[in-house]
Amino acid sequence: MSWTIRAAVLVVLVAIVQVSILAPTSILGGTPDALLVVLVCLALLRGSVAGAVAGFAGGLLVDTATLGTLGITALLLTVVGYWAGRYGETTGRGRAHAVPLTVAVMTGLVAFGGLGLHYMLGETVSAHRAIVTTLLPAIPLNLLLAWPLNRLCRALLRPPTGTQRVSEVQPLV
Amino acid sequence: MIVGVLVVVALVLVTLSFRETNGGPVTSVQNAGAAALRPFEIAATRVARPFHDAYSWFDSLLHARSDQKKLRADNVRLRQLAVQNEFAANEIKQLKKLLQFKEGPTFPGDFNSISASVISRPAGAFAQAIIVSAGSADGVEVNAPVVNGDGLIGLVTRVTTHASRVTLLTDEQSAVSALDAKTDAAGVVGQGPGIGATLALDRVSKDKDVRRGDTIVTAGWRSAQLSSLYPKGIPIGVVTSVGQSDTDLYKQVQVQPFADFSALDAVIVLVRKTASSAGTAR
Repeated sequence: MSWTIRAAVLVVLVAIVQVSILAPTSILGGTPDALLVVLVCLALLRGSVAGAVAGFAGGLLVDTATLGTLGITALLLTVVGYWAGRYGETTGRGRAHAVPLTVAVMTGLVAFGGLGLHYMLGETVSAHRAIVTTLLPAIPLNLLLAWPLNRLCRALLRPPTGTQRVSEVQPLV
Repeated sequence: MIVGVLVVVALVLVTLSFRETNGGPVTSVQNAGAAALRPFEIAATRVARPFHDAYSWFDSLLHARSDQKKLRADNVRLRQLAVQNEFAANEIKQLKKLLQFKEGPTFPGDFNSISASVISRPAGAFAQAIIVSAGSADGVEVNAPVVNGDGLIGLVTRVTTHASRVTLLTDEQSAVSALDAKTDAAGVVGQGPGIGATLALDRVSKDKDVRRGDTIVTAGWRSAQLSSLYPKGIPIGVVTSVGQSDTDLYKQVQVQPFADFSALDAVIVLVRKTASSAGTAR
């Protein structure tokens, strides 16, 4: 089975688990976001375009399942997938701290980005709730999920060794 | 290039979805998608149920002893109260008959109850809502009040054939006209300023009497052609603090809801038995 099919199945399954099981779970006021963690791991392994496409698809599934404004989560997760992928393509890939660092940063980005988007749409959103009550516990919760989900993503989506890594760049002239 | 296209498509979807009224093409596609995803969501919920129940069982064991003491005391108090209420209810019934008093729809007599399980919930802090497994095919309508065994949960804001979105009381957009069951002090219950699922009873005049421990219920008012979406007397919560300052126009009343919004498994949607032609407001 090609990695794209495995990635698609993984994103669909994690999106369903997210809306059905994890989203209703509140731990110390925060909610773990397995979809975001999987997207970050996928993007770090497979690059910015794969990350953005997976983010868009996963976000669209979440918006559809929750009957929310279509496209908001898709937009946020597209940006998450793209930026995480760019970090992986440039300096992050292979570094031990890349996954936890990106997960923490992207959790914050989704909170602030979501707040801005809802504000622009004229919806009343409590900044205190979005930033303090929810974001602060969500970061450690997502970091806890990062290790097992990263292992899972690596097992399913890791590119064959020796074909993707570049150790040096030689000038053509 | 691909990323740019995805961002533009997402923005177009946001615009269309936000501007579209119920029944438009984007909404229809979304409803069809939600219906297709529903079996998977239900399957996931069922797989997770034993683990959730096990957690709840251990959690309830921790509080069992203190709960037992409290429930015994409550039982004695409520038994006395039930006898008093029975007398009062009979008296009110006779007085209303004498006065030929007309009232708005009452809970639960004038409503059909539709039981539904919670199948999913939007992630993040931006929408305080749940998706329940009953839709227009089951008789659910937009603006139907939703309760559970503890009290008021929220209001149906979107309906598909087999699922509905319920906006919770803790959402920023929610507002319910309510009153103090003991003193009849009226106000509007909305999201509270504190951390967690606290509510606030706003617009209570300073001359009104509200005390800590008072029960807040829905007001269920009726005025000419307008009536409240919520029937009178649905319990909302208990007053946890009351404050007022010289500079504020109203009292600051914090309410702890009876319902645990973080652990909603099943709810009851209330649909009026007879469709009213009168307008409705919160």
